[in-house]
Amino acid sequence: MSTTVPKTTDPSGSQQAREIRESVVVRFAGDSGDGMQMTGSQFTIETALAGLDLTTFPDYPAEIRAPVGTTFGVSAFQIHFGSVDVKTAGDEVDVLIAMNPAALKVSLANLSLGGTIVADTGSFSERNLLKAGYDANPLEDDTLAPYQVIPLDITRLTMSAVEGFGLSKKEALRCRNMWALGLMLWMYDRDLTATTAWLTKKFASRETLAQSNNAALIAGHAYGETAELSGNLVGYRVKDADLPPGQYRTITGTEAIVWGLVSGLRSAGLERLVFGSYPITPASPVLHALAKMRELGVYTFQAEDEIAAICSAIGASYGGALGVTSSSGPGIALKTEAIGLAVSVELPLVILNVQRAGPSTGLPTKTEQSDLFQAVYGRNGDTPVAVLAAATSIDCFDVAREAVRLATKYMTPVILLSDGYLANAAEPWLIPDLDALEDWPARQRTDPEGFQPFEHDPETLARPWAVPGTPGLMHRIGGIEKEQGSGHISYDSANHQAMTDLRVAKIANIANDIPEQDVALGDRTGTLALVGWGSTFGPINKAVEQARERGQSVSHIHLRYLNPFPANLASLLDGFEKILVPEMNAGQLVTMLRSRYLVPAKGLNKVTGQPFKISDVASAIDAALE
Amino acid sequence: MTTTIPQQLKPKDFASDQEVRWCPGCGDYAILKAIQKTLAELEVAPERTVFVSGIGCSSRFPYYMSTYGFHTIHGRAPGIATGLKLANPDLDVWVITGDGDGLSIGGNHLLHVLRRNVDLQIVLFNNEIYGLTKGQVSPTSRIGTKSPTSPQGSIAHPLSPVAVALGAGARFVARAIDIDQKHLIEVLTAAHAHRGASFVEIFQNCPVYNDDVFHDFTDRANAPDTQLHVEHGKPLRYGKDGNRGIRLKPGALDVEAVVIGQNGITEDDILVHDQTNKTLAGLLGTLRPPEFPEVLGVLYNDPIDSYEMQVAALGAAGNDVSLNDLIRKTRTWTVA
Repeated sequence: MSTTVPKTTDPSGSQQAREIRESVVVRFAGDSGDGMQMTGSQFTIETALAGLDLTTFPDYPAEIRAPVGTTFGVSAFQIHFGSVDVKTAGDEVDVLIAMNPAALKVSLANLSLGGTIVADTGSFSERNLLKAGYDANPLEDDTLAPYQVIPLDITRLTMSAVEGFGLSKKEALRCRNMWALGLMLWMYDRDLTATTAWLTKKFASRETLAQSNNAALIAGHAYGETAELSGNLVGYRVKDADLPPGQYRTITGTEAIVWGLVSGLRSAGLERLVFGSYPITPASPVLHALAKMRELGVYTFQAEDEIAAICSAIGASYGGALGVTSSSGPGIALKTEAIGLAVSVELPLVILNVQRAGPSTGLPTKTEQSDLFQAVYGRNGDTPVAVLAAATSIDCFDVAREAVRLATKYMTPVILLSDGYLANAAEPWLIPDLDALEDWPARQRTDPEGFQPFEHDPETLARPWAVPGTPGLMHRIGGIEKEQGSGHISYDSANHQAMTDLRVAKIANIANDIPEQDVALGDRTGTLALVGWGSTFGPINKAVEQARERGQSVSHIHLRYLNPFPANLASLLDGFEKILVPEMNAGQLVTMLRSRYLVPAKGLNKVTGQPFKISDVASAIDAALE
Repeated sequence: MTTTIPQQLKPKDFASDQEVRWCPGCGDYAILKAIQKTLAELEVAPERTVFVSGIGCSSRFPYYMSTYGFHTIHGRAPGIATGLKLANPDLDVWVITGDGDGLSIGGNHLLHVLRRNVDLQIVLFNNEIYGLTKGQVSPTSRIGTKSPTSPQGSIAHPLSPVAVALGAGARFVARAIDIDQKHLIEVLTAAHAHRGASFVEIFQNCPVYNDDVFHDFTDRANAPDTQLHVEHGKPLRYGKDGNRGIRLKPGALDVEAVVIGQNGITEDDILVHDQTNKTLAGLLGTLRPPEFPEVLGVLYNDPIDSYEMQVAALGAAGNDVSLNDLIRKTRTWTVA
């Protein structure tokens, strides 16, 4: 379905005066079972349909259903939306919807001073307060003095709204999230039509549930209208974003990677994409999405383990398809030996790592960028692969395409780094014309004349892709060192030197086939350069923008290519007196830059499982320029 | 794709130009010859034939074939072969593995490739020892096997490859001896004809680290009394005079070795082999000399749809699918 949003009209037709805001951060927080992710997603769609720019941050626990009412069972969904260019999910929350005491307790640290709290008083029972670790009810003492608190008995209001539908108490209580959504939609002057339609579809098999949830939604919305008259609530209106014209949809990093891979498959002119994967948080949704794409030539394979998953992808590439595998850090560790095989036999392969906090199992649902060393260095032997990283959810599309291009052109594994934040974060996306994107057909050898399986193209240093089934090209490959040219097993020392050099040169040579590194923001020379990679793009860029507005000499360089680095990176870095590298790890890119270019780069490192705040980066800029 | 068979290929046409580097007297030589002969007899197209192996002595096999070949990593050949078949289900793919490669480090993959019923011939060379790493015990080594890692004799029970395969849901399970070329070719031919995962265990002698471990039934002089070659629909008889056989033990779900003409046993008491009977296959697979003969041949063959057939049934790529349409098959809005 498609909606045209005129940019200047007020869709609500509301008579009441509303406070105009440039951007707002709203956080829905509740128990894992309270439906916060669904509520947040629906609010996101209504916001996107209203023509605003936005970024979302789903923040949920690893446990599917942690004990009810506990702080570690809190599931939250944060959305930052506005008329300005929204680059992060927001440093501080303006409006917090707290469905229980635990949600309040966990979210309070990120609430801006003076921010609004909508709390469901009906859930602030003695038992729930105790579970959240409150000795006394914070709604009744001075705990929340710095904030604007709106205590509402959402539980009771929901129960009365759905009375008469014959729901069980449990079912009735599960409508609380729709009541809260209705209130928030009213608060930001949104229409209910899309949500009503969505509820009808979602509960198509149980009309009563559709009706009762809709009743709760309308009740929440209506409550805003009437309560406003009594002066308890203030409505806000966020101006429309100044987005370029065209057709939009929202897209998460996961969705963008899926579309990027499929689009890359087309551009490479290949018929099949074989996606071998094994379930792991937060990478599994990529497998789920691709499993529905058979009509596009996608064959998904849920393997028995991470090793079989990557091996199936390697086998598929050997067979002439595009082999892709995905995982997160611990799974990538298991795939390591097979990545080495793919390097040795020189087959195309895309390896997606949706990074999460480590080491070991770490924090499965929390984001981190600590697998950079693993991607670039983490194998036995001299085993170089190309490594790319996506900066934003939308960027995942282009980077996935680029991974396919490099893998097929250079006959090499390419590691594509995303992370848990990008995977789930949604952005509005001006949908490109996919038919107009550049094609780069992959070449598969068919000519037996003079065929040598390990003869390398003088330009790309790639060997021919000779696919089983092709007459006259029968040959043997394997992980034992191969003689250059023939590919026969070779223990010859000079040959091993030459083949090692060739594998290194092949990846290094990719630097000549990628764009020169430019600044993402600021001048190409100056006092301070912030060098980032991956999902830290938003906070770094915003902090640099603000610093430049204050007159500070700061630029933002953001790397997509982490191996090899762009050819001009050394000279670009040379133009700055100081280099600061913000990363969600203990200092990996900063170490690579220092060792590679002998520059005095310093790190800004954070591993809290949460994205950087703009203020974190801003303080570091101030400190660096002191 | 055009397939060209210029003329009937001979076994030697399936040999590569590489020097074979197994130890002198290794059973692998006999298996190599038998497979080359099988392919020639079956008139397969070399360009459509692929040998995928893991790591170990047996896994060097693909280098000695003139077909396509992929010597992969330890234990992982089933995963590579599965991906290969997903890319191109028309290929004729053989997986070559050993007792260490297939049942130890790659045990998990073997279970799953069998249960999925991927259309492959999986040939496991069982020599009950690690050869390439110089003679350590393997998961099929008998209790008491002395090796560098078990100087006082191994203490862990060996597993039965046939029982593992049947347990994993394999639909074709067979067994043969490396040097019995005629019978081995029969078994390989049946495995090739079976659509789905065909599991073939070959007793393979390692003359260096585990010489004559199968002597009790491979010794030619005693073979008639220690080997039983099954045939579907034929009685389970063996012995120099053909008067020995296997019958159901009265009053128990078990079998016993009997002699026709002794203790009132007649020909009618002897079980008839039914290759679609999984319970019987399981019983026959566990019999060992000296009380029983070693049972060889196709123990189980009961085909169902292969993995490839099921994948194909899920649908294929559409010819005129527009990415531009599909990517917009969600909520969209237009900024004027």
